[in-house]
This record gives sequence, structure tokens and C-alpha cells, in this order.
Amino acid sequence: MIVIVDYEAGNIASVLNMIRKAGGDAIVSGRADDIKRASKLILPGVGSFDHGITHLQAKSLPSVMRERVVAGVPLLGICLGMQLLALRSEEGVQPGLGLIRANFKRFGRPDLRVPHMGWNTLNVTRKHPLLDNIGEEDRYYFAHSYYALCEDPADVLATTDYGGPFVSAYAQANVVGVQFHPEKSHRFGLRLMKRFLEM
Amino acid sequence: MRGGRVVKGVRFREHVVVGDIIELATRYRDEGADELVFYDIAASPEGRSVDRAWVRRVAAVLDIPFCVAGGIRSVADAEEVLAAGAEKVSVNSPALADPALVDRLAARFGSQCVVVGIDSETTPAGWRVHALTGDPGRAHDAGRATLEWMREVQQRGAGEIVLNCMASDGVRRGYDLAQLAAARAVCTVPLVASGGAGTVEHFAAVFTDAGADAALAASVFHSGAIAIPALKAALARAGIEVRR
Repeated sequence: MIVIVDYEAGNIASVLNMIRKAGGDAIVSGRADDIKRASKLILPGVGSFDHGITHLQAKSLPSVMRERVVAGVPLLGICLGMQLLALRSEEGVQPGLGLIRANFKRFGRPDLRVPHMGWNTLNVTRKHPLLDNIGEEDRYYFAHSYYALCEDPADVLATTDYGGPFVSAYAQANVVGVQFHPEKSHRFGLRLMKRFLEM
Repeated sequence: MRGGRVVKGVRFREHVVVGDIIELATRYRDEGADELVFYDIAASPEGRSVDRAWVRRVAAVLDIPFCVAGGIRSVADAEEVLAAGAEKVSVNSPALADPALVDRLAARFGSQCVVVGIDSETTPAGWRVHALTGDPGRAHDAGRATLEWMREVQQRGAGEIVLNCMASDGVRRGYDLAQLAAARAVCTVPLVASGGAGTVEHFAAVFTDAGADAALAASVFHSGAIAIPALKAALARAGIEVRR
């Protein structure tokens, strides 16, 4: 059973729709009991870093999510969900889940439009089942102002160019984060979701 | 949107029904639209907020980003629209009535979720912001100069600005390049040009001459005058980066 973690951070309906399109099913839940039984977890998210982490904590979810990850359950973080997997973000003062050793920084170049919004490509730097066979012209939808700096470069799965390369996907063991929105990325997003179902 | 149907006017008047929401949304998605924007134009004038039911219906079929506008006056309104599946909310009249709404939305959802729509009229006193433009009888000058308002909403946390140049809206004689270029100069967030697209050249010009980050159009697509695949092919030939 796939559980889409519900922590009142928007965007959940679209993730569920995309999973169903990909031929899978999921439940949307913010209850620790459901997460304990999950075979796969998705942490979606739209919103600010502290708001997200505070709501996860209010539902006592960080510890149960960590337990599931240690047990080998695949966890996919999307956009804010990816950011919450990390250690910290400049956007907030609260620590993240600390499942991936990365810190998020705001895009800082003065000539760059921030947020980074729109369709962009991936440059896959490490082989991973989720990003298998991605074309150079395949575009994914991004909407974010912060980007990851990985402490261990080996965690980087893909980079994207926005005034220079930034980390657009990372993974450590069974924990994966993508900065773009597969659920809003039409046919390429659908393909990624199918891969996640097969993982 | 009005009464659950897609409508389009000319210079914000005389709106006619052009089709069913779901039919049009899936058609544009299939043709390669990068993003769809839905304006519930009667929401603010009628003192209500956008209808969640059609947002959910649209979200059930759309797997590209879409933005929803119409009488979103509070964090709670935005929360419901986003939970229903929209990627972003756009505020216009409600932000003029309560500018701090932009700060609250950005603090709660992040700037990337918060679009400010600006309906700008060309007047003897310069470019002026208008409010309640969905109702010709109640539309009025909001008491603000367009570029000043644009600076203010960015300081408050807007993550994208849709500048709709009212004088050129729906008449297909081209985007207002002078106004958009002036807007570009004060805009550090993505700027979406709106109002006036009539030909493929108009689209190309708004990117090359006015520096817009995206172009929004309605009439030419609703009427079938321009097909999205042909438009994208032409833009690509002109050296403009597009999603294919």
C-alpha cells in the first residue's frame, strides 16, 4: 500500500491522480498507523519549509517515517517534500527530517528570476531506477526558490540548469527526492510515477 | 469561467461562451499548453470565492500545472483551492483590497504558489491598475500606478506577475510591448504577458522585445486562429526555447 503523507501541505489530489493514471493506487493519510503499514511513501508538498516540518511534527510523523525508511520502504519526496528530507533550509529555522545530508539555499544570482518556474530538463548524473532512460529534451515542471547542496556528491541523481547546474534529484539508499513535480509533468511525469510503482 | 463554462470577452466586456471547461482543458493540454490559468471572473464582483467543485474536476484530468483565480481572499480560500489540485493561486482584486493578503499567502505557501494578476489600463495619467474587471459595471481605477503596485507585491512575496494590458485585451493586435518592457525592468520574478495576442509574430515579439518569461493568450486559442503545436514550432524556429 502506497501512502501519500497528508500534512496539510497542498497538492495531494494531483499526486493521487497521477498514481492512479500510472496504474497504481494509494491512500492519503496523516495517521501514524497507516504510515506504519505502508509499502511505499510519498511526501508531497507545497508551502514553506517551517510550516511543513511543523505540521509533520504536530502529527508525530517524523519518527514513524524514519522507522519505515530504516525498514527499507521507498520514500519519494516531491518539491517541498524533497526539501523536508534534508538537514536544513535557508527558508526556515527548523531542522528537516535529516534523511539526506543536504542543505537548501535560495537562488541568489541577481540576474536570475526567482522563483524558478516552468518546464526544464534533467541531466542525469547517476543511474537510478526512477530516472532510467530520460531524454535530454524531456521536460519537467519546476516551481521553487530554494535548491539543494548535497554534503555527499554521490547522493546527486540529476542536475538542472538554471543560471548554472543545481541538484534537481537526489537519493540516499531508498530515500529519493525530486525538486520538480512529476504529478504536473504530463507524460514524462507519468513515466516517472510508473517507475516509482515498480521500485 | 462564468457559471461553470469557459467565456471570453473583448477588453473585458461582452463575454461569450466558448466551451466546456474539461473539454478545453484536456484539448489544450494535449496540444502542448505549458500551463493553464482559470479565472472565475464573476467571483470577486459577486463577493464570493472561486467554486472548488470545478477546480477538483479540472485537477482530476489535468497533469500539467494550472493556476486558479477568482475571489481568493484568505489563506483558507487558497488552501482549499490548492488542496483541490491547483498548482498556484492568483489574486487580483482581493490583493488590492487587502495588500497584506499577498504576505500571508507567501508565508504560508511559499512565493512559488502566489501569483498576482494585474489588470492595467492605459490612461492619460499613465498605466493604472483596475479592480473588479470581471464586471464592466463595477470595474474601477484601484488608485494605484501599475509599476508601483508591481514593485509592492514583489516586496510582499508575489512569486509571479501576470500583467494583463486591458487596452489590447481580446483585440488581437499584439501585446503591449512598451508596457511589458517597462514592467520587465521592475520585475525580479517571472513575468507573464497577457492581452492582445493575434499572430505568431506577436508571441515571438513578447519574448524577444519585451523580455516576458511566458505568454498567456485566450482568444486566439479558443477561436482556433492559432494552434499551439504550430505556434511552438514557429517560436522554436525563431530561436525561442519552448517545450516540445
